[in-house]
Amino acid sequence: MKSDSKFLSAPYTVWMTVFIVLPMLLVGYFAFTDKSGSFTLENILSVGQYSNVFLRSIWLGAVATVVSLGLGYPLAYIIAKMNARRQNVMVMLVMLPMWMNFLLRTYAWMTLLEDNGLINSFLGALGLPRIHMINTAGAVVLGMVYNYIPYMVLPLYSVLTKIDKSVIEAAQDLGANSREVFLKVVVPMSMPGVISGVTMVFVPAVSTFIISKMLGGGGNLLIGDLIDMQFLGSAYNPNLGSAVSLVLMVIILICMGIMNQFDDGEAAGGGMLL
Amino acid sequence: MKKEHFIRFNLCMILCMAFCLASVPAQAVLAGENSVPEGTGRTDETAVPDRGVTINVYNWGEYIANGTDGSPDVNEEFTRRTGIRVNYTTFDSNEALYSKLVGGGADYDVIIPSDYMVSKLIDEKMLAQLDFSNIPNYRYIDERFRDPDYDPGSRYSVPYTWGVVGLFYNTDYIEEEITSWSALWDDRYAGKILMFDNPRDSFAIAQFMLGQSVNTTDENDWAEAAALLKQQKPLVQAYVMDRIFDKMESSEAWIAPYYSGDAAILVENSDSIRFVVPEEGTNYFVDAMCIPVTSSHKAEAEAYINFLCDPEIAGANMNYVGYSTPESAAKAYMDEEMVESPVYYPDDEILERTEVFVNLPENTSKLVDQLWAEVKMGGPGESMVLVAIILGFLGVYIAILIYKRQKRKRELA
Amino acid sequence: MKKAGARIYTFLIFLFLYAPILVLIVFSFNDSETASRTVWGGFSLRWYRKLFEDRLILEALCNTLLIAVVSAAASTVLGTMAAIGINSMKRLPRRIMMNITNFPMVNPEIVTGVSLMLLFVSAVRLFGGRSLGMGSLFAAHITFCLPYVILSVLPKLRQMDPNLYEAAQDLGCPPGKAFFKVVLPEIMPGIVTGLIMAFTLSIDDFVISYFTSGTTQTLPIYIYSMTRKRISPEINALSTVMFAVVMILLIIINARNAKERKTEKLPEYHESM
Repeated sequence: MKSDSKFLSAPYTVWMTVFIVLPMLLVGYFAFTDKSGSFTLENILSVGQYSNVFLRSIWLGAVATVVSLGLGYPLAYIIAKMNARRQNVMVMLVMLPMWMNFLLRTYAWMTLLEDNGLINSFLGALGLPRIHMINTAGAVVLGMVYNYIPYMVLPLYSVLTKIDKSVIEAAQDLGANSREVFLKVVVPMSMPGVISGVTMVFVPAVSTFIISKMLGGGGNLLIGDLIDMQFLGSAYNPNLGSAVSLVLMVIILICMGIMNQFDDGEAAGGGMLL
Repeated sequence: MKKEHFIRFNLCMILCMAFCLASVPAQAVLAGENSVPEGTGRTDETAVPDRGVTINVYNWGEYIANGTDGSPDVNEEFTRRTGIRVNYTTFDSNEALYSKLVGGGADYDVIIPSDYMVSKLIDEKMLAQLDFSNIPNYRYIDERFRDPDYDPGSRYSVPYTWGVVGLFYNTDYIEEEITSWSALWDDRYAGKILMFDNPRDSFAIAQFMLGQSVNTTDENDWAEAAALLKQQKPLVQAYVMDRIFDKMESSEAWIAPYYSGDAAILVENSDSIRFVVPEEGTNYFVDAMCIPVTSSHKAEAEAYINFLCDPEIAGANMNYVGYSTPESAAKAYMDEEMVESPVYYPDDEILERTEVFVNLPENTSKLVDQLWAEVKMGGPGESMVLVAIILGFLGVYIAILIYKRQKRKRELA
Repeated sequence: MKKAGARIYTFLIFLFLYAPILVLIVFSFNDSETASRTVWGGFSLRWYRKLFEDRLILEALCNTLLIAVVSAAASTVLGTMAAIGINSMKRLPRRIMMNITNFPMVNPEIVTGVSLMLLFVSAVRLFGGRSLGMGSLFAAHITFCLPYVILSVLPKLRQMDPNLYEAAQDLGCPPGKAFFKVVLPEIMPGIVTGLIMAFTLSIDDFVISYFTSGTTQTLPIYIYSMTRKRISPEINALSTVMFAVVMILLIIINARNAKERKTEKLPEYHESM
């Protein structure tokens, strides 16, 4: 298996070089040149003025990730405990909302969250006070959690089903109650899934752009919006856009490096998803 | 257990095939209704045989009569009359169109951008000069649309639709009559004000209030306008584009600027929503048809433009799209209510106060983008903060690495 | 008590997940001249009628589905092969491969989209050939689906007992057959999950598709292009139809399973070494 199967990845290596490495080099090229093609550091240096955008994006992304983890972990655990037949159906049901168009889903959230929207109308009908939800940072986090929670649940579920029953039984034999079993056995063993889930939620959450425009009212710029503006703004400026995304990528890679350190297992070679 | 996953796999494949197959019969039904001319034309006129040429048309979404809601399918009709096939695709903003064109990412024959984008494309020599001998229907275009600021001499473009930007407000909540853009800065309506989510339209409003030209290249002018917008920001509920309809209709917002044609529907269907063109003046926009210089079917593209200028076709299009036509002759084929409405066709007195966008020079464009980002960000940040963030994360990473190495050493010892 | 708690929690989460979908479905039946998405005007099927009259939207849908199916399938095959290869590599090459694999995930979509477009354009200029179109769309979609497939299959490979393959060969199985009968079933859950994720990503992708599609129209592009005027509720109608098709299929499959399985099965677990 070892010797000859190494070459099974040869087609992928070729694909990767052409479609991933080359475009990355192109991005790097744009980041360090100006419109006429000469080398300049101006783009990278001017990224600094958008530092509060970075801060806000990373903060909101982190909050969204933590919330997704908090909500997604119990769900993944519950699904993992179901019988096999129902598990498959549940997994499909979790993924299904993602097949509806992204813009439509976000619009539907607007209908729900607006001050005259469905939720507030419902509260009003019950005589409860209305809550102002739309166009706040909270709505943006909600949008992020909604759109990325299936990508948290799937890896977690997959890892939780693989947890060796005999280890749990051994812990119980040694006298641990169910809370200790959960905290000291299940959680550490599910870390690879947690890490994959966190990666798959944090990275897109930080670079998302439509959610903040629609649910956040457009007044809170996130990095995704900023980069979008460079390519689709008054001046077509791929150089600054590439520079911002390069800086973003560096930050994300460092964050992912930190997260991978929490995974003491053999997965130290890269992020495990499932 | 294997079987579960096999079944799941099957499920996915079946699903996909089901979709594909489902859309085929639907398409076949359509193909029957709007028959493709392969010798089987409608019974009243014979169709022109297929010339074997397909032109790529790039237009805004929902911007042509497409056979739904009782409107004629304009593209099919063109194919039937000329034998030229149309590959019709759509875009959502001028800038998206530009990004795609400038990268060489597509080969279009007819594009329909807005005024300032036409101006920009002309400046960058990306448009082909039109051969008007192939566009005899140009004679129907009204005098006031010829030789516009964005295309001097009308050598590169033919107008398709036009409109003005105006203010919509809900009289249920706003008692007075609105006549000025300054209503958007009014504290009484705080949190119920909407603004455009694109720089030029938003800045234009501020510029009209300050009495500047919307095409000014003076940096101080733009800075002043930006300051005004920043002042407004706490009062703004949201920066939106098409969401204004839903928000105005549900009374989520009370006052908003938008393009006249779109929102005329709002005014017609609501007793409380009114439309006004403020006294300071406003932007008047034109969407025009042009041909990129890379097109390989120029004559056929011109035939398409000619076809769209045919008054009957233009009328049908405007009926569906709901914007204003630059051809008076087309009005004969349009809904009477639309033609008479002052929302769609404001009087000359109002039109005197309007200004059209043209392309801004590179530096100004960059400044506009920067200022717009500042308005939406809430002020520029410090580079040092960013450097601090990166170093902070790096520091944590290195600290963890070192900690782990120490731990390993201790365990081995 | 615990079971009830679990049930309530699951119900709440699914309510959260499906609330906007329900709103979407309900408003597809909205009878409103202004195509409102917030004000209910009465029940009507007009948007469904409009949907089936619209030739362009159905063409876009067909394109999207075709691309999703093909790129999901291709990226699954390619990704599985890659995962097997990467699994056999030594530590350093494996680390490099994994880091590069993560790039499409880490990059914002618009940057990936524009850089791929520029790449394809230069390729077209160099090698001649037609402009961007379905081919470039396939390539782009496969590229951003691959990381998800690889990262789904790889852990399953690691979990698998490496001796199983050799054992099969010792028992007289030729290598190819051993692979299909022993290795593939073990990693099948990872492959299927990767396939589902790839399909999901591809079906709803806008930004990358926009730049690499040339003159081809896909459904997300069609929907986004409506944002200047108004997204007509016929899109709601389309989404409702898609949703209904999938739900019906799920119910059919589930009902079939219920007939076959009479005993409860425990979730699978591995004897780890």
